[in-house]
Amino acid sequence: MLKAHGYVGAPQNRVDGRAKVTGEARYAAEFDAPDLAYGIVISSAVAKGRITSIDASAALAIPGVVQVFTHENRPRTAWFNRNYRDDVAPPGSPFRPLYDEQVVYSGQPIALVVADEFEIAAHAASLVRIEYEIDTHMTDLDIKRSEAYVPPKKRSGVTPPPSPRGDADQAFARAPVKVHAEYRIAIEHHNPMEPHASTVIYEEDGKLTIHDKTQGVQNSQRYVSGVFGLSSDQVRVVSPFVGGAFGSGLRPQYQLFLAVMAALELKRSVRVVLTRDQMFTFGYRPQAIQTISLGANPDGTLQSIMHDAVQTTSSFEDYQEVIVNWSNLLYHCDNVKLTYSLAQVDTYTPSDMRAPGAATGVTAIETAMDELAYAAGIDPVELRLRNYTEVDEANKRDFTSKELRACYQLGAERFGWSKRNPQPRSMRERRELVGWGMATGVWEAFMQKTAARAVLGADGHLDVSTATSDIGTGTYTILTQIAADTLGVPIDKVTTRIGDSSLSKSPVQGGSWTAASAGTAVQVACRSVRETLFKYAREMDGSPLANASLEHVSFADGRIVLTNDQETGISFTDIMRARGVDKVEAEEKAAPGMMTSMRYSGYSHSAVFAEVRVDEELGIVRVTRIVNAVAAGTILNPKTARSQIIGGIVFGMGMALEEESLLDHNLGRFMNHNLAEYHVPVNADIHDIDVIFVSEHDDKLNPMGIKGLGEIGIVGTAAAIGNAIFHATGKRIRDYPITVDKILGS
Amino acid sequence: MSEIQNHPSPALDKVPVTLTVNGKTRTVEVLPWTVLLDLLRDHLGLTGTKKGCDHGQCGACTVLIDGKRMNSCMALAVMKDGASITTIEGLAVDGELHPLQQAFIDHDAFQCGYCTPGQICSGVALIQEGRARTRDEIREWMSGNICRCGAYTNIVDAIEQVLGSTTEAAQ
Ligand code: FES
Ligand code: FES
Repeated sequence: MLKAHGYVGAPQNRVDGRAKVTGEARYAAEFDAPDLAYGIVISSAVAKGRITSIDASAALAIPGVVQVFTHENRPRTAWFNRNYRDDVAPPGSPFRPLYDEQVVYSGQPIALVVADEFEIAAHAASLVRIEYEIDTHMTDLDIKRSEAYVPPKKRSGVTPPPSPRGDADQAFARAPVKVHAEYRIAIEHHNPMEPHASTVIYEEDGKLTIHDKTQGVQNSQRYVSGVFGLSSDQVRVVSPFVGGAFGSGLRPQYQLFLAVMAALELKRSVRVVLTRDQMFTFGYRPQAIQTISLGANPDGTLQSIMHDAVQTTSSFEDYQEVIVNWSNLLYHCDNVKLTYSLAQVDTYTPSDMRAPGAATGVTAIETAMDELAYAAGIDPVELRLRNYTEVDEANKRDFTSKELRACYQLGAERFGWSKRNPQPRSMRERRELVGWGMATGVWEAFMQKTAARAVLGADGHLDVSTATSDIGTGTYTILTQIAADTLGVPIDKVTTRIGDSSLSKSPVQGGSWTAASAGTAVQVACRSVRETLFKYAREMDGSPLANASLEHVSFADGRIVLTNDQETGISFTDIMRARGVDKVEAEEKAAPGMMTSMRYSGYSHSAVFAEVRVDEELGIVRVTRIVNAVAAGTILNPKTARSQIIGGIVFGMGMALEEESLLDHNLGRFMNHNLAEYHVPVNADIHDIDVIFVSEHDDKLNPMGIKGLGEIGIVGTAAAIGNAIFHATGKRIRDYPITVDKILGS
Repeated sequence: MSEIQNHPSPALDKVPVTLTVNGKTRTVEVLPWTVLLDLLRDHLGLTGTKKGCDHGQCGACTVLIDGKRMNSCMALAVMKDGASITTIEGLAVDGELHPLQQAFIDHDAFQCGYCTPGQICSGVALIQEGRARTRDEIREWMSGNICRCGAYTNIVDAIEQVLGSTTEAAQ
């Protein structure tokens, strides 16, 4: 049915490509309004305490300064926590900007200086004097882990560890081959290239049009309405382009609150843009300390898996993610104990960052599996095949599809894995040691309830829309492809509109679920238009299709034709003219099938192979080659899909070697809050990356068999690189990122 | 209070800055500490040039100043009085994309698109500089432009393609 033009499955250039290469694409801080005011946020200099005084007089004396908002003069906002809780909020009390004099983390927004011009606001902000009474803070997980607790309230959408099975402690004690170690993953910040920003346009009728950097326009809209007591028709959030987010835009961030507050108070349009340092003052990938014990028989078959994780959260919310469950999800074992706890530190609440939980947990288990391969003297790929599981053992469900074996096989072939000498330090080229490592990746294939609208005009133009976002993922393009194929119209006759809260209901873009969710919704809406149009065609006087059924016709090039007699048909225009309508439209919902979710587990998988070159004298690691074989169901657009996987791999390379937000525990503050000191991969760091899409047919998850690609590329990458470094050097580093000091250290 | 009196408000007198931007000469009155990037974005509405860090650390704000690539966040507007500037909005001629813009689309050399104008301006200058011949050299000379979406390999493909056709044309 999707074959009319066959856009789906074929490489397509991004439909928004031209807008992006010409600078026409507008991001949140780039919408203008008459009399726009500029807000600059002042951040707390202390991690914990009380503001004892704020003297804004010097700032207010500057001509052009409109107001300095603080907790002392902020307008009233909603009273209840529930009004501040957004769609993805973890349990707890959401942070309220400018709520009172209490400071709960370093960098907390404590004032907003608003002026007629950006330059004036920036200058005035430097003149605001703030005094604090400092309280003792604690940001060190190594100290706080002694007070770790199991979160009393589960976060929606995050599966807690399953109950233990068998007797993992005893099985471990008896196992002839053992691995037992602690693994650490540093704090990371998302750092999308576009800083968080909100432009709030105060319309003449007092309504707000908000351009917010968000992964969920309707989430932002609900948040603003709830917090400021506005009806939903007074607030519209429009964010057609988002300059990356990687999870940082899932929750409404504080610049949105501040910009809306100022706009409502001043009855004027206001823009608030965070600085790069301020991008380190909200969500982050939490630090995690994991302990893994693996017990195996001499042939490598697992007898015991124990995986424990403790990670940071804030003092006011219990952020949670799935870290430990992956160990048993990937490997068959009868004795399993998985445990997970949180420790509170005085920072903002962590937030989901690309493959939240999996990037952390799989890095640890896949490093441990490499250690087990060496302990048992078995090839790392072979070890994984010996422990392969065909069922999700935590709940005894079958997988909707699982082509991980093919990932291992095709990835290994492409990489040349069979030529690997397992001996560490066995390969050297000039002054560099060469190492080859591999790891497995996995991510859940989610689908969320989503609605979409399709409107086919008599001129043959198709307009599809839903409120989802495109944070760079290619959503505009894949939705356009699906729509074009479903109704048989050329791709350039389709307009896709997203990123507007007034469109059909859609969840935030995250979790790799957008392609499956919005994609299915668009398909269903277009199918509904098909049916109506076909009904009209059959009912036409003397219709050549009067006796045909939907299965026997094709929609192609703006016509409905008999599939086996393409000459016989009617154009969409004629059908609509005969009916006396100028368009056919439908709004439909798509949701995951209940039966499928009860009976099956759906995951995407990958096998990542990495080659590193290590200069032992300088401690420098180069990742010269990555092969990532991905099984993620139907690949809608191989071109953008490849880019998404490459992007995930580059993120994983950052995790492996560079990214780390360093806390000064003395000050309770991130020290390297800029792009010169928080290292992300740059062009010179990236060499050959080869992505293989393993063919995988999934007929259970959703009609098109889509699993999503946003996260799977990062998962496994860091471990594959760490394992390659071990192979190159013989040094096992269990503390990511693997920076120069760790390579050089003993 | 006395302290504040010791800090006289700065003179908020604006100064005129004349620039030729994408072929058009414009004069704007700005506060003396206005940064070129903000002048382009906020005062001229040329938001194609992006702000990623405001500290010369990311390259998102790269424009061509008198033909050379430069981070526009690192220059005060007054320092560039009289300069000729090309931004991303000025690369296409009569709606026809610059070959590097087209190559970026063809090689899918971006995802979110936020670093893209800076990458393209940087790439255009790199090709004109004539110092990059190999992929390694492209990587090296393009490393001032961060792409958090990780489109690097595709960016190198796009530049290599245009570089290849310009060197061929020159031979
Ligand atoms: S904004 Fe100028 S280098 Fe980042
Ligand atoms: S395309 Fe998103 S940062 Fe480069």
